[in-house]
Amino acid sequence: MNNFSLVLSNLGRKKLRTALLIISILIAFLIFGVLGAFFKAWNAGTEMAAADRLISVNKINFTVSMPIAYINKVRSTEGVKIATHASWFGGYYQQPRNFVQTFAVDAPSYLEAFPELIFADGQREAFLSTRNCLAVGADIAKQYQWKVGDNIPLKSNIWRKVGGSDAWEFSVCAIFDGNEENIGANYAFFHYDYFNESKSFAKDMIGWMVITSDNPANNDLIAKRIDEMFANSFAETETSSEAAFNKAFLAQVGNISLILTLIIGASFMTILVIVGTTMVMAITERTKEIAVMKTLGFQTGRIFSLVLAESIIISLFGGLLGLGLAYLAVSAIGPMMATAMPGMSMSLQIVLIAIGLMIAFGFVTGFLPALKAMNVKIVDALGKS
Amino acid sequence: MNTNMPLYELRDLSKSYWRGGESIHIFDNLNMSIENGDFIAIMGPSGSGKTTLLNQLGGIDKPSTGEVLFEGQRIDNLSQGQLAKWRAANIGFIFQFYNLMPTLTAAQNVELPLLLSPVKKSERRERIATALDIVGIGDRAHHRPRQLSGGQQQRVAIARAIVADPKVLLCDEPTGDLDRTSADEILKMLQVLNQEMGKTIIMVTHDPEAAKYAKTELFLDKGEFIRRERK
Ligand SMILES: Nc1ncnc2c1ncn2[C@@H]1O[C@H](COP(=O)(O)OP(=O)(O)OP(=O)(O)O)[C@@H](O)[C@H]1O
Ligand SMILES: [Mg+2]
Repeated sequence: MNNFSLVLSNLGRKKLRTALLIISILIAFLIFGVLGAFFKAWNAGTEMAAADRLISVNKINFTVSMPIAYINKVRSTEGVKIATHASWFGGYYQQPRNFVQTFAVDAPSYLEAFPELIFADGQREAFLSTRNCLAVGADIAKQYQWKVGDNIPLKSNIWRKVGGSDAWEFSVCAIFDGNEENIGANYAFFHYDYFNESKSFAKDMIGWMVITSDNPANNDLIAKRIDEMFANSFAETETSSEAAFNKAFLAQVGNISLILTLIIGASFMTILVIVGTTMVMAITERTKEIAVMKTLGFQTGRIFSLVLAESIIISLFGGLLGLGLAYLAVSAIGPMMATAMPGMSMSLQIVLIAIGLMIAFGFVTGFLPALKAMNVKIVDALGKS
Repeated sequence: MNTNMPLYELRDLSKSYWRGGESIHIFDNLNMSIENGDFIAIMGPSGSGKTTLLNQLGGIDKPSTGEVLFEGQRIDNLSQGQLAKWRAANIGFIFQFYNLMPTLTAAQNVELPLLLSPVKKSERRERIATALDIVGIGDRAHHRPRQLSGGQQQRVAIARAIVADPKVLLCDEPTGDLDRTSADEILKMLQVLNQEMGKTIIMVTHDPEAAKYAKTELFLDKGEFIRRERK
């Protein structure tokens, strides 16, 4: 027998109670894991943002386009290192619910501006030299099981080809991925030239420009220069840092991070109170036993640790079970949500935060009972028969 | 160490409680010594302070004034931590209601005091087996208290009290909850522990029959001791 088996024997005393405590903690961490994965996917946009990248959109709204001529003017602006552009294609595969986020891009400069996108050997070159190539993010390729060499028709709700067809033929000739875990690979892009020649309206218009600056410190200055250049034209621009742009985009959909934090916080607080109160009650029931242990010569510090360990073990056990269930849930939901909410997965960061929270949770719920146990007065407790 | 030195010495020991604005004296200026190897039965009316006295001797309560010496050293001024250590090394406690841990088996209950000293695992097992054997309950090692009779539980409690080989056994009405036959068995066992193993035993009891097993009887009444040697 050792300290650990002493703790376990106490946890086994009321199995139903211990099981209920474990289940409530399990639920808290199930919620935490699933919402955490959701939150991470939601935030991926701002995390992906590079410090030196600017985005320039039409001042009216980012869905309104601008002339392609702008790009050359921007390229010759002082402080601009790379300028590229992209246009929203929309796109779905076979059915509208199979949404594939697709852009038409100025291929060479786009790859230069997004160095975090990596390709298997030869595929970058294949993309650059193939007119109707669709470069597909690894997540999408996995979801639809597309391989290099497949011919894929994508339909667009917005763009029709000259002649009226809404089906665009692509050949998958490159599959890209991010060089880091938080870089999303849940979209696809193809050549603007192909797009511009084939589309039936809005010729020579682009969606937005992506600009890298020579120095992040100059971002504001460069943004100002660009916006001034197009002031009073029919398509005025609004240029901001990529991170700010992504944040603003998210803000339009609502402050979901606050809502998620509130849900997680409320579930944790509730369960914290339930578990904490139950642990205090459990110790009160054991006052006499604790007095006996002290009489035998157990030091108060050791009694404190033994009681605290009970809470920590319950918390870790329930928490890891909950996190495991969350992992299963996210693995099941993730692929289904890959298009609407791409990048939803259980990251190492979530796991580490969760484990930290479990330990903290154990400490918080165990501290009062442990203190109570430590302060049991032998004479008083033994006097009550 | 002086061989004539008593095991315990109480010097001007007083204990009083505050209740309802006045202080109640349990005993005043008590002077007494207890010799090594004695078996003392403390008797007296309910509320006379028998348990209170035992708590002073066991270092789980402190006197209001006066000194408690054990082997010539004061224990009344030790810290809680030092007292815990001292108890683990010197004292075995036996209670009226056994006070075993309900979640632990008999053997694990007996093992508890050994968690307080650096005893090797193999030696631990041997000591537990011996202690359970001495109290004649080796075959119940893996039973939980709930599965044992009162007499059997008290045997386990005695095994727990002796497993760490303390000098002193403090027993507060150890047979108070038992029938005559079980009580006699327990008392005989205490007698053997006193005579064969040299344990000093101080036992509080209400039962004159139980007191007959002791070498010395002490009557505690209104804060005074009346002492009677039996043999
Ligand atoms: N913590 C306390 N606060 C106030 N009074 C106390 C306290 N503990 C004991 N007493 C009082 O001290 C007196 C002696 O108590 P003690 O338990 O020592 O008696 P006892 O001789 O063991 O009695 P019994 O035979 O009933 O066990 C009693 O009057 C009791 O009410
Ligand atoms: Mg008493």
